[in-house]
This record gives sequence, structure tokens and C-alpha cells, in this order.
Amino acid sequence: MTDTIHGRESLVRLLEGILAMPGVTVYAPVAEGDGAAFDRVLSASEALLDSSGAVRPPRQILAPMTETLLAMEPGGSAVDSVPAPEPTILFGARPCDARAIVFLDRVYAGGDRIDPYYAARREALTILSIGCREPRATCFCTSTRGGPLSVEGSDILLEPSGEGWIVRIITERGASLVGRAGLGSSDGRVTDPAAFPQAGAPRDLSALRGRLEQAFDDPRWEALTAKCLGCGACTFLCPSCHCFDIVDAEEDGRIVRSRIWDSCQFKTFTRQASGHDPRPTGADRYRHRLMHKFSYCLESYGMPGCVGCGRCVEACPVNLDIRLLLDAFGGER
Amino acid sequence: MSGAGLSARIAEAASRLLSEGSAEVVIGFEQGSIPMRATPCLVTDPSDAGRLVWNAFCANNLARYLEPGRKAAIVARGCDSRAIVELIKERRLKRSDIVVIGVPCTGMADPRAIARRFPGLRVTAVDESDGMLVIHGGPEPVSVPLDEVLHASCRLCARRNPVICDIPLGDPVAERDPGFPDVEAFASLPAEERRSRVEAEMAKCIRCYACRSACPLCTCASCFADSSQPQWVGRGAHPEDVTAFHVMRAMHLAGRCAECGACARACPTGVDLSILNRRLASDVSELFGCRAGLDENAPQPLAASSMEDSQDFMLDPGRKRE
Repeated sequence: MTDTIHGRESLVRLLEGILAMPGVTVYAPVAEGDGAAFDRVLSASEALLDSSGAVRPPRQILAPMTETLLAMEPGGSAVDSVPAPEPTILFGARPCDARAIVFLDRVYAGGDRIDPYYAARREALTILSIGCREPRATCFCTSTRGGPLSVEGSDILLEPSGEGWIVRIITERGASLVGRAGLGSSDGRVTDPAAFPQAGAPRDLSALRGRLEQAFDDPRWEALTAKCLGCGACTFLCPSCHCFDIVDAEEDGRIVRSRIWDSCQFKTFTRQASGHDPRPTGADRYRHRLMHKFSYCLESYGMPGCVGCGRCVEACPVNLDIRLLLDAFGGER
Repeated sequence: MSGAGLSARIAEAASRLLSEGSAEVVIGFEQGSIPMRATPCLVTDPSDAGRLVWNAFCANNLARYLEPGRKAAIVARGCDSRAIVELIKERRLKRSDIVVIGVPCTGMADPRAIARRFPGLRVTAVDESDGMLVIHGGPEPVSVPLDEVLHASCRLCARRNPVICDIPLGDPVAERDPGFPDVEAFASLPAEERRSRVEAEMAKCIRCYACRSACPLCTCASCFADSSQPQWVGRGAHPEDVTAFHVMRAMHLAGRCAECGACARACPTGVDLSILNRRLASDVSELFGCRAGLDENAPQPLAASSMEDSQDFMLDPGRKRE
């Protein structure tokens, strides 16, 4: 029994131990072209444990790109498709990924309505995060109240220490997994994150929100977002974006109702049946994305709709960097 | 001429064009916010012209930003100009509305190729000189010839100097049209292998439409993929819907695709289906003897008709096909 993982081989053995548990599904970062995505792994060798983060966020584990909600048989009977997943372990999330799941929890299951599809998958999920040794050029988690050792959302956090990691148990669920995987653990107290390299100077979210709200009618929105192509790369790579559409289609003689990802950056997103569109321009749509994440979500969910993972900065085909927009409209300068 | 020299001349031309009112906007590149990235820059104030740069990371096709009726100057190398030529032929743009600031191009560097070349290196900055990239971020700078880390589309480029040009900057570079070695190599693979390669690309698609949005020739005011009445193609992640979208988009671009590779470079998950566009370009080249964007006077092969057409059903609508 040990509470420290000494180096990479021990980390591989931990993953092997988890994979050997009967009746669990394990997701980990795996290579996808030149990048990485969270996908189901059957052996530890498939996992990219040295990656500095997956290009694609883990949200499709909880909210798939396309999921069947119900099906209507030819006779008219409807069959609900609420999933019943086996215990699932997300191995090797970053702390920002785990925080994004805390956010999704508030969206899908935090109010008086609980989304049964999300809730079923979430109930089955245990999250083992690996803290970040150094920030990437795109990281800004510390501006969203997160950090390289944030424990929010994680059941277990592996805190980098020398060549290895200290095992920090955060929740009961984490304790149970650690016990089954044959690990010991340290307590949930985490080293002062200030000892780690930071992702730039943190922004003051409350001040930022106030200034953003005042900047709603700022004439610079159009010029500063003019290069936006109106694609959905930022929203679909975002770990906390969650907007969806519901579509019906015929599949093998049945009518299938599916939920699919949608994006506020698409021209068709707010177009109404009358033809009217309350957000007709690219600048309107970009402003909405920023305001939603840094103003409306704080109001609705008590946390920003952004965890500063930097995927949108990396993914944007034209390098429209959300951090520069935040500083332009919400900064002091 | 070095990137820095060209940058200064681009800025100078942009400032002059805006000051004298020859253009409302100058479309170029400025330094990006992260290493290995230049970003499109739309300059309207002459005092901002100094932001414009030219380097090996100018990945986007700027013709995407031209709008009908707006007097615009655009920094254009071969691929941007090929797209402009097609847009003018399709009467999407008027030649007289556009000032082409022409730059020669030796190809753009692919950050993913650099990452493959130097695994684990966290690049902080890249300098360029004489066809070499000097990459900073490790204990010591490392260097690599630009030619060895080019985007695939740049290695296959048929025309590196601008096809049309009003303000030529820099000395033209030698042309080296390599033809379609990628299409030939792909065609020589067994059918199963071809299928599995295309399916592997499709499997990465998240339907964000970055490819469509970055494409200078995807100019439809409303895209078939967004239509709900009728719904031509399903919008979700089902493989058949993903396939239908990509194949239909490629067919819409047959004979029009400028082969710039902007779609593959825009894709956040690294989907590269340019083989579909390249195969169609190869077929059009073989059947009609022309390539999109290379000749501003040649008709678009799939939008033109001729009394000499070998397929006479085209000329006799009453005739039934056998």
C-alpha cells in the first residue's frame, strides 16, 4: 500500500489495476491523429499518459454528440432510451476537465429538473484527474477560479510531486476506487498551488463580469470579432458548452428522437420560424458566447461557463483568442 | 526577400491604399496570440497597417474575407489568388473591387509536422531565415528546413506566385507543380484500405463546420447541411450523415476547389479529406484540361457548355438517355 505513485511505470500499473476490475468501463486520453481524445481503453498501452491534455474534452462521455432519447415503434409505442451504464472511470482528466463536469452537473442536474440521460451516466462516473506540472501557452484556468491542482469535480487527484504523483482522495467515491485498485492515499489536502507554474496572472472574475455587462453596446464588438468564421470549433471543443438540438428521423422503420450538439455560433441557432433572428450578426453571436460564459452563467450557476482549458484558443481556425476579448471588454485597460 | 522585409512592404502598401481611399479594408495577417500562429487581420485605419506581418504560419485563405461590394485590398499568394480568380468567375466579386497585393510563397509550416519532428518540445517562438525555421522552447534552439515541415497542400501546390496581382511585392519564386502524386498513390491502394483511411478521417469529425467556414469557395448563402426542410443530410454524428456531408461538400467544389488546404488546416480535430477534393481536381484536369484558379480567362468547366461537347445529350434536352 502506497500513497505515492513513483514515476510513469507506476502510473501505468495503476491504470492496469483499474482496467483489471470486473465490470468497469475506462476512458483515458488516446491518440487521435496528431492529437488526443478521451476514448474507451481496454489496455493501458492505449492510453496517452504523457499527453498534456486531450484535444477533445471528456464531455461526450456524459453528453454524447448524438444520443437517442426515445424511439417510436410502427405500432405507436414509444421506447425511452435512458442509459444504464456500468461503472465508468475517467482516467487522466485535467483539473479543468473535472471542473467543467461540475459545471455540467449544475446545468443538467442542478435545478429542479434533472436530465435523466445525463444523470444516469454521471451517477456511474468516477473521475481521476492528474494535476498539471506546467501550463500550456493556451491555459488560463486561474482566471476562472480554477488552477493546476484544483480538486473540484475530481474524485481522486494525482498531484505532481517530483517524477511521480501524490494520491489525493477527494470524495468517498474516490476512496472506494483507491481501495479497489490497491492504492493507499494521502489526505485530500493539496499542496499550495502557488508553488506551481501559473497560467498567467489571474483575472478578477467579479470585476470582469461588471465591465463586460457595461460593454454590451460597445461599438468595438464588430471590429474585434470580424475575423470569426462562424464555425462551431470553439463550442464543440469546449468542455462546458452544452447546447443541443432535438431532431426526429426515421431509422429502420422506427421514428427516433435524438439529441445532437448545437452551437450558438451557427447562423441557424437563433433563427426563428418567422425568419426573425435576435442575434443576426457574427458579432452578436460571439458577444453572446462571451457574455454567457462570464456573466449569465455566474448568475445562473454560480460559476463561470468557462474553465480556462484553452481548447478554444488552440482550436480556433483563425486564432480569435477569447483571452484577448476578455481583456478588451472586461479588462481595466 | 525575408518575411520581415515583406512584412514592412505589405504594411507600407496597406497604409498607402487606405490613406488614398483605394480600399476600405486591407485583409492580411498579424502576429497570432500563441506560438506558430499568424491570424487574419482586417485593417481599416492606416495607422494600424504596421500590425501586418508575413511569415511561415499564415495558414488561412484570406479570400474567405472578401465581400461583394466592398472595396478591399488583400494580401494574396498563389492559393489566395486562385480562390479570388474563381470567385470573380462566379460573379461573387468584381475584379475592380479588389486590389491584390501579391506575395510569392514558399509554403507554410505545419505546427503538427513540427510537433512530430520534435516530440515533446513546447515551442515558444520560431524565427525564419533563408528557408530554415529556428525553433525556441527547448534548452537550445533547434532548426529544421521549412521544406520538411510544410502543410501537405503546400507540398502539392500548383501555383505559388499570385495568378492575378496589382501590387507585386518580393521576387517571384520558381514554380514546381508536382501534379497529383497523392491521388495516384491513394488510387493504387486496395479498396478496403482506401475505405478505412477515409472512414478514419470521418470518424474524427465533430460537425463543427470549420472546414466549410474556412473555405473561400463555400459561398452558398445557405448550406445544404443547414437545411431542415427538406433535410438533405442528418446533422448528428452518425457515420452515414458525416460521410454524406463531406462527400456532398466535395462534389459542390468539383472544378472550383482552389486546392489551398484551408479546410484541413482549419479542422480542430485534424480531419483531412482533401484527397476527395484532389481526386475531383485530378478528374477535372484530365477530362477538361483545366485547374481551378490557374487561368482567369478559362470558363469554369462544370458551368460552361459548348456545341462541340462530346456528350450530345447535353445539347438536345428532348433526347432520352439510353
